[in-house]
Amino acid sequence: MAASFGVSSAAAANAVKSPALSPPSLPVIRSEARPISCRVNKSRKAGKITTKAVAAQAENPASAASKPGHEVLLFEALREGLEEEMERDPRVCIFGEDVGHYGGSYKVSKGLADKYGDLRVLDTPIAENSFTGMAVGAAMTGLRPVVEGMNMGFLLLAFNQISDNCGMLHYTSGGQFTIPTVIRGPGGVGRQLGAEHSQRLESYFQSIPGIQMVACSTPYNAKGLMKAAIRSENPVVLFEHVLLYNLKERIPDEEYVVSLEEAEMVRPGEHVTILTYSRMRYHVMQAAKTLVNKGYDPEVIDIRSLKPFDLYTIGNSIKKTHKVLIVEECMRTGGIGASLTAAINENFNDYLDAPIVCLSSQDVPTPYAGTLEEWTVVQPGQIVTAVEQLCR
Amino acid sequence: MAKIIHNPLVLSSSRSAEKSESCCKLSGPTSFMSSKFLGNKLLSTNSATSPATRRSAAVVAVSSDVVKEKKLKSSSSLANLLITKEEGLVLYEDMILGRAFEDMCAQMYYRGKMFGFVHLYNGQEAVSTGFIKLLKQEDCVVSTYRDHVHALSKGVPARQVMSELFGKTTGCCRGQGGSMHMFSKEHNVLGGFAFIGEGIPVATGAAFTSKYKREVLKEDCDEVTLAFFGDGTCNNGQFFECLNMAALWKLPIVFVVENNLWAIGMSHLRSTSDPQIWKKGPAFGMPGVHVDGMDVLKVREVAQEAIGRARRGEGPTLVECETYRFRGHSLADPDELRDPAEKAHYATRDPITSLKKYLFENNLANEAELKAIDKKIDEIIEDSVEFADESPVPARNQLLENVFADPRGFGIGPDGKYRCEDPKFTQGTAQV
Repeated sequence: MAASFGVSSAAAANAVKSPALSPPSLPVIRSEARPISCRVNKSRKAGKITTKAVAAQAENPASAASKPGHEVLLFEALREGLEEEMERDPRVCIFGEDVGHYGGSYKVSKGLADKYGDLRVLDTPIAENSFTGMAVGAAMTGLRPVVEGMNMGFLLLAFNQISDNCGMLHYTSGGQFTIPTVIRGPGGVGRQLGAEHSQRLESYFQSIPGIQMVACSTPYNAKGLMKAAIRSENPVVLFEHVLLYNLKERIPDEEYVVSLEEAEMVRPGEHVTILTYSRMRYHVMQAAKTLVNKGYDPEVIDIRSLKPFDLYTIGNSIKKTHKVLIVEECMRTGGIGASLTAAINENFNDYLDAPIVCLSSQDVPTPYAGTLEEWTVVQPGQIVTAVEQLCR
Repeated sequence: MAKIIHNPLVLSSSRSAEKSESCCKLSGPTSFMSSKFLGNKLLSTNSATSPATRRSAAVVAVSSDVVKEKKLKSSSSLANLLITKEEGLVLYEDMILGRAFEDMCAQMYYRGKMFGFVHLYNGQEAVSTGFIKLLKQEDCVVSTYRDHVHALSKGVPARQVMSELFGKTTGCCRGQGGSMHMFSKEHNVLGGFAFIGEGIPVATGAAFTSKYKREVLKEDCDEVTLAFFGDGTCNNGQFFECLNMAALWKLPIVFVVENNLWAIGMSHLRSTSDPQIWKKGPAFGMPGVHVDGMDVLKVREVAQEAIGRARRGEGPTLVECETYRFRGHSLADPDELRDPAEKAHYATRDPITSLKKYLFENNLANEAELKAIDKKIDEIIEDSVEFADESPVPARNQLLENVFADPRGFGIGPDGKYRCEDPKFTQGTAQV
């Protein structure tokens, strides 16, 4: 992710990425493709699909010229992922408000209704609980619906269906019915959208047994996660962020999926492990630039999988650096950071030289005023200070 | 042309008065029963007070086209019979199965064999039998927590249901669902839901799949879905949201309201501004029908048309079945609130007694045949209890199975391996 170092704070939301060729000084770590011996979902096919955590072409800069890929914005990457999966499997369909004729409120499904028709890209009435439940019923009877919450906050109305039916029905039916739904939508704090449109639902959903939660942060992982989520037999909630839709990146032309359960190594380092996800990744990388100038070497990991946590990647990092900083946009109370802190303390307590520091948003409803809003979320300056204190 | 005979109900509640004042009549020559029927017509078949007059009067009123298609096997002097002997015996057997099973549940509960919330269906058998016996195996049924009999009618073996209630691993949901969550993939029973209204969107989704298969996947699919729920649910948002969507997209679904007048201790009349639920169908653009839910033949007739409509792609129907539960809301409910006179009245309208009477009066069956069925069902029930008793309880290793369809969903452990590969996972002792 060399490009993010050159991005100023103002342009953080509209970062233009140079081609994802990493300079040799920043090797990009990818995960090993893990052979699975237990029950595997049958849709995982060998062949052209690579299951690597980060961009494959980074390993071989010389061949990048022959496989240049193409530049996309994040919302376009999501659409590509959706479209490829709809092309591949006729059972994949989309439910949501304004997903069809309007093309999606953030244009993620633009053009798909023209191509696939009004039934496959279903414009629903404004009834989140019911159309999410409808997606569950459709999934139980053979379809693979992708439900869009126009804003993740609206899915609070669908909590009943997401919790009881998406999450628990597979178990309650003794394994008879699978619910291969994807629930996705933009969330997070935007630009003065007000309290109700700035919610972080990952903290509310995380206790629901039976669902997986992932958060995308780059066009590359957005497309990969979208495809992986659709192919998964489990119900997956894919968290997107309102301010990241216009990120630009060069992604491969050939088909790829990324692993739903793995974290992404953004910047390897030695001094401190910084765990983050979604938009805070960019605040962290901005802070990292400052920290590098000051002589620190932070290791930045985008955890990507909010439930379950990839304790292997995280653990390896902690065993190396012995210090952890969590930077998240969730609120302090009961957020992803809180769970992650508990998980790390339980599993890696012996490796920690200092208590885990967790930087989260303030426990306040997001105010409208720009200045107040800025102070509710974690800013790069706070991250720098926290690292300096941790590494003292 | 169908005629409606209005006979006010004599009940201790004020229900009958409201009904007779604003009951709808058919207009014009089109009848609900004809296949050219279009969206907004209303029908109400009110039940008369005495069983004898009710049956013959209502048969003439409702039966129009449907009856003409039926073969006449009986030598009875009544012109049109609604069922053949075989059908009659099937209906009788199904209702006896439901009744006997539920009675056995009560016994087993008080003997400490099953626990938690158990909601029995005694008295409402006509609705389940009347509708579900018309379905194919591929059709779907969605129910509420009062779902034992729906599962049985749909074909789930009594053994599996009883085992599930005992919490044994041989239950239809491996003991993981319980009384309120009966599921069967084989018989397309999509639940069993504890929260009321929760199942209606699921049913709408199943109906959507049927339409999708036909129109997008171009398969030959005419599967219909039945959603069963009660009067209390009809004040819930999910009900209205799904009526809207089902009518909007003409989904092949029938919404069956089992109006037994009581939501635990809340009388339908105290909680609903307009208690006539069937009226809410036309508000969304689908026919709303009211039928006597204590009469399996009437229910079956209405069901035939409603299911036929759905199969032909004409869209959903809302059917309100006036019915009654003889027992309390659940086995924990002392049932002290309901007026004994009301209970006594509905006891005289016991659907099993009524069907028996019909079969005898029309020479479709004799005492011996029905007793043979009673005995057969008793044996099935006994066998199911024995089977459930002897079945093993779930082992520890079942704890973590089935949480995810793809167990990689438990994630990657600190050692780098997927947690589901950990031997402790399969033993059920892993910490996830």
